[in-house]
Amino acid sequence: ETMKQYCGSVMAAPMSSAGKPSAERSPFNTTSFQKKTRSRLISIPGTRPSVQNGQLLVSTGVTSLDYLLGGGLAVGTVLLIEEDRYDSYSRMILKYFLAEGVVCRHELFVAAAHDNPDDILQELPAPILDDVAIHKPVEQPRLSCEPQDSLDAMKIAWRYQNLPKVQSALASSSRFGHYYDVSKTMEPEIRQAAKCHRFYLPEHPTQSSPTHSTMLQSYSALLKSLQEVIHREGFEVAAPMSKSRNILRIGLHSLGSVLWGDDLCCHDNPSNSHALTTFLYGLRALLRSSLSVAVVTVPSHLIQDRALMGSITRLCDNAIALESFKGSERETNPLYKDYHGLLYVRQVPHLNCLASKLPDHKDLAFKLKRKQFTIEVCSSISHDLLRQRISVISGGVFLLKKIVGQQLLRTKVRTGNYIT
Amino acid sequence: MFTELNSILNSTPDSFTQGEFILVSDRRSDASFLIHHFLSLYLRARCRVWFLGLVQSFNHYSAVSQRLGVSLAQAKEKGQLVFLEGLKESLSVLIPQETNTGSQAMDFLRDPAVGLKSLYEFVRSSVSSSSGRDEGADGAEEWGPPVLLVDDLSVLLSLGVSVGAVLDFSHYCRATVCSQLQGNVVMLARCDGEEEEDDEDDEGSERLLKGLTHQCSLTLHVQGLPTGYCRDIHGQVEVCWRRRQGDGQHAQKKVFQYKVHDKGASFFARGTSSAVL
Repeated sequence: ETMKQYCGSVMAAPMSSAGKPSAERSPFNTTSFQKKTRSRLISIPGTRPSVQNGQLLVSTGVTSLDYLLGGGLAVGTVLLIEEDRYDSYSRMILKYFLAEGVVCRHELFVAAAHDNPDDILQELPAPILDDVAIHKPVEQPRLSCEPQDSLDAMKIAWRYQNLPKVQSALASSSRFGHYYDVSKTMEPEIRQAAKCHRFYLPEHPTQSSPTHSTMLQSYSALLKSLQEVIHREGFEVAAPMSKSRNILRIGLHSLGSVLWGDDLCCHDNPSNSHALTTFLYGLRALLRSSLSVAVVTVPSHLIQDRALMGSITRLCDNAIALESFKGSERETNPLYKDYHGLLYVRQVPHLNCLASKLPDHKDLAFKLKRKQFTIEVCSSISHDLLRQRISVISGGVFLLKKIVGQQLLRTKVRTGNYIT
Repeated sequence: MFTELNSILNSTPDSFTQGEFILVSDRRSDASFLIHHFLSLYLRARCRVWFLGLVQSFNHYSAVSQRLGVSLAQAKEKGQLVFLEGLKESLSVLIPQETNTGSQAMDFLRDPAVGLKSLYEFVRSSVSSSSGRDEGADGAEEWGPPVLLVDDLSVLLSLGVSVGAVLDFSHYCRATVCSQLQGNVVMLARCDGEEEEDDEDDEGSERLLKGLTHQCSLTLHVQGLPTGYCRDIHGQVEVCWRRRQGDGQHAQKKVFQYKVHDKGASFFARGTSSAVL
C-alpha cells in the first residue's frame, strides 16, 4: 500500500515529515532510514532520501556528480550523458554507475549494440574499500576446547570468529557513494555476486513483423526486455511488499548511434527522427512505475539537429554533456592542464516539487584521476573566454584590459553569451 | 495557486473569465509551475477539471498540489478531476500485450501520422458526458464550468505528431470546451531556440507556438532573464491579453519577474525583487 502511494517517483518519507531526516540517522550513516510514522518506509541499501524533497536517491558512483545532481540520482529517473568524442569518459561514468550498483548489491541491466555487455561488466573499476568482503559461507560454530591453529584465530574474542565476514561489508556498502581505483578491475567474485541482466543487440534478430509504433525494432525489443525484467524480478512499485525491495540499475550504451539501426547520427533529416524520442518516452513510463534508475549515453556530437537534441534532453530527467580535451587545442593549453575536459549540466529535474535549490552549474571541468573522478568549477574557463572577448576590443582600450577583466570576474553577473 | 498571479490576471476561485483559451509557453525555461497554479485555481473554483498529464506521473502533480493546499486524490475520488496519465497508458501501446486494456487516448503512438483524433475523442466524450449528467442533477454536486489542462503539447511533436495535427487538436478542444461549454482551456507549449535566431531546426515548435498564440485569448510566456542566471530571480513572465473587443483586437502586454518557492511563486515588477531592493 505504501509503495503504490509513491508510484512514479519514489519517496523515502511522506511529504509532511520531509525535512527532518538527520535526527534519526544512525552513526554509520546507514541508508536504512527509520522514522516513527504510521506508514512503513522504504529502506533499501545504497539509497538515501533527498534533503530537498524526500525523494529516494542512489549514488552515480561519482561523488562530485552526485552533488551536482542535488545529492544523487532519484529513483525513477533517467540520466542522459552526452558522450565525449571518443566515448572514453562517458563510458567511464557508465562503468562507475554499474560498479556502484554492484557494491550496493543492486541488480544491473546492461544494454549495448556494439560491445558485448559482458565486456563492459568485466571492465568495471575496483572499489576502494578495505572491508568489502566476498560472501563466505557461514562456518560451523566450533567448540572452545578445539585447538585453533589458524593464524587468523582470535584468542580472546573467539566468540566472534565464526560470524560471517560479510557483516563488515554491510556497514561499508551502506555508505552512500564509493570510490574506485580505475587502474584495477573489479574482482570477478565481487562482480558475480550482483545479479546482471544483459541485452546485446546482435542476439536479438529483427523480426519480420512490423513494429507497433514509430520505434525501431531494436528499441522496441529493448523496451520489451526491460519491462519483462522489471516485472519478473519484482521491481514494479505496485508489486507486493512481501519480499525485500531492491533497485534496478539500467545502463543503456550509445543509443541513437548507427549500431542500434538509427540514422539520427548520419543524416540531417533522419527518416526515424522520432524513434529514439518515442523509446525515451516509453523508458520514462517504465521508470516512473518501478524501483529503477537509468543512465543512457548518446553520441550527441554526431547529431546535427539541435532541436532534436533538445527533445531528447527533455525526455530525460537529468542530463549532462562531456567534452574531452583530447585532440583539441585545449589539450596543450596550459590553462587546462589540470583537467581532462569540460562538463555541462544541461538539465536537472524538480520532481514532486515546484523548484529545487541547486548549486550553480557554470564552468565545470573534470579530471579522471586514478582514485577519483573530480568535477570542479574551473576558473580557467571564464578566464579563457574573457580573454577571447577582450582581445576583440581594439587596441585603444589595451590599458583597460586588466582592470576590466578583474572587475568582470569579481561580479557575479554573467551574460548568456559568455558560455557558448 | 499563486495569489500574486491571481491579482495580475484578475482571477479568483470565485470569479474568473469563462471561455478562455490560455497558452502557457516557455523558451529555454520551465513554465510547468504555472500549470500547477491553474490546476489548483480551478479545483478550488469547484470546476470539473480534465488533466492530460502527458509528461509526468500523477504522483508528481499530486505532491506539488499538496504543497499548494489541494488534494488531487480527493478530487479524483469525488469525480471533480479526470486525470489521463499519458505515461502509464502509453506502455500498453508501445509494448503490445495480449490483453489491451486502457483508453485509446494514447493510440496516436501507434501511428502519429494519423493525428490526435483518438485523443480528442477521449476529451470530447468525457467532457460532454459529464455535462449532460449535471443538468439532470439528482443530488449530485454542482460543479462549475469544465476546464481542460494539457501538460504539455510539445511532447506530442517529439513523438512524431505533426504541427498541423496538434493545432487541429487544440482548435477542436477550444471549440468544444470554450465555445460550446463556456469552459476554459490551458495548454503548455515549449520552445528551445532563441527567438532572434533564424533557427531552421526548431521550426516545428516555433510554428506550433505561433499557431497557438493566434488561437488563444491569454498568453503567459516564460523566459530566463536576458542577463543570465540569477539565484533570486528565476526568470520573467510576459502576460499578453488578446481580448477580442468589437472591431479590433486589443493586445495588452505586461512583463513581470518571478521566483519560485517551495509552496508557490512570487511575481513582481521588473527590478523590484526583494533581493535587489
